[in-house]
Amino acid sequence: MQISGTDVLKCMSCGRCSASCPHSGDAMQTMPHQFVALLKRGEVEKLTSSDFLWKCLSCFTCVERCPRGVKPAAIVEAARLMVIRQQGEAHISAGEIPELLDPELPQQLLVSVFRKYKA
Amino acid sequence: MIFSYYPGCTLSTKAKEMDNHARKCAEVLGFKLEEIEDWQCCGAVYPLGADEVASKLSAVRSLHAAREKGRELVTLCSACYHVLKRVNEDMRDKAMQKTIHTYDDTLNYGGETKVLHFMEVLREYVGFDKLKEKVVNPLKGREIGAYYGCMLLRPSSIMEFDDPENPQIFEEMLKALGAKVVEFPRRNECCGGYISLKEKQKSQEMAGEIVANAHKCGAKELITACPLCLYNVAKTPDSNIYYFTKLLAEALGVGS
Ligand code: SF4
Ligand code: SF4
Repeated sequence: MQISGTDVLKCMSCGRCSASCPHSGDAMQTMPHQFVALLKRGEVEKLTSSDFLWKCLSCFTCVERCPRGVKPAAIVEAARLMVIRQQGEAHISAGEIPELLDPELPQQLLVSVFRKYKA
Repeated sequence: MIFSYYPGCTLSTKAKEMDNHARKCAEVLGFKLEEIEDWQCCGAVYPLGADEVASKLSAVRSLHAAREKGRELVTLCSACYHVLKRVNEDMRDKAMQKTIHTYDDTLNYGGETKVLHFMEVLREYVGFDKLKEKVVNPLKGREIGAYYGCMLLRPSSIMEFDDPENPQIFEEMLKALGAKVVEFPRRNECCGGYISLKEKQKSQEMAGEIVANAHKCGAKELITACPLCLYNVAKTPDSNIYYFTKLLAEALGVGS
C-alpha cells in the first residue's frame, strides 16, 4: 500500500476504472477495481500472483477516470514491483529478446520493456 | 527565443527524422532548440512506485541542466515528455529533493524548470495564427486525424497538456496547416504500448481498432508524437501514420 502511494479506502467500488481499461473485454483477468478491492482487504498474495501484473499497459485511463482519485494503475505497479524485488522474478529473459525484434522497433520499446518486465 | 532541448534515445536513433524536422521547423518559426549536454535516457516509463528514486535520476539531471541555463526544457517524444513532466512534479516535494541530493550531491533541484512539449511551444510561444502565416504548402483537402495516445494526456492533473477526453491541440495545428481535420473517438485510446514485444496479437488488435475507427470517420492519414504508437499502429495495413513533425515540415517548406 505504501509503494503505491494511493488511498484505497476512498474507493467506492463503482467499477469505472475497469470499464475504461483496454483489457476490459478480456476474460479471466483480475481487473483494476478488483486490485483495489484486494488491497483494501489485505489479500496481497492474490495481487502478486495475478497475471494482470504483466498485462497492465500503464495507459492511466483508470487513473484519469476514477471519480475518487484512487490510482488503480499504481496498485498494479506496486504489486509488480513486489514480485520483481522479492522474488527476483523477471517476465522476460535476455535470450528471448532477439527473435522478438524487427528493424522498425524503436529504442523506446526496449527501454520500456526492461523497466516493466524486470526492475 | 532559445529553449533547452531533450531529444531522448529514440529521437537520436530510430526517429532521427522527427528530430531533424523539428529543428528545421523551429528555425522557420523563430526559435531554437539547444540540446542539453550529456543527457541520459529518461527510462521511457515513469516509475510509479512511491519509493523509486534512482530510476528518476537521469530525468532530474536534465531538468537541473535546463534550470542552470535558465531555460524551459522542450521535448518531442511523448514518453520523454511524460517522464520529465512527472519527475519534475515529484521534485517539488522537499523529502524527494533531499533523497535525490543524497544520491547525487551536485543536484539541488526543486522542480523549477518548465517542461514543454514542442506542441506547447507552437500553441503558447509561436501561436497558431503565426504558424498559419508561415505555411508555404497548405495541406489543402487532405483528411488527417491526430492520434494522441496516452502519454501526453494522462494523468491530466499533472500533464496539463490538453483536455484528456477531448484534446484539440493537434487539431488546431492541422487547421493552421490548411488540412481537413478528422476527429475520431479513439484518438486518445492506448495503442498497446510495450506489450507489443511479447503479446503481438493483443497490441495489434488494439491498434487495429484505432485505425478502423479513424478510417470510419474519414481519416486518410494519421499523425502522432510517439515512436511506440507509430510502431504499433503502423503494423495495421493502410494506417498511413507518421510523425506530426513530418507534416509540419512539409507545410513549412522544409520537409526532406
Ligand atoms: S493503466 Fe493498466 S489497469 Fe489502468 S486502464 Fe490502463 S491497462 Fe487498465
Ligand atoms: S474507478 Fe476508482 S472508485 Fe471506482 S472502482 Fe475504480 S478505483 Fe474504485
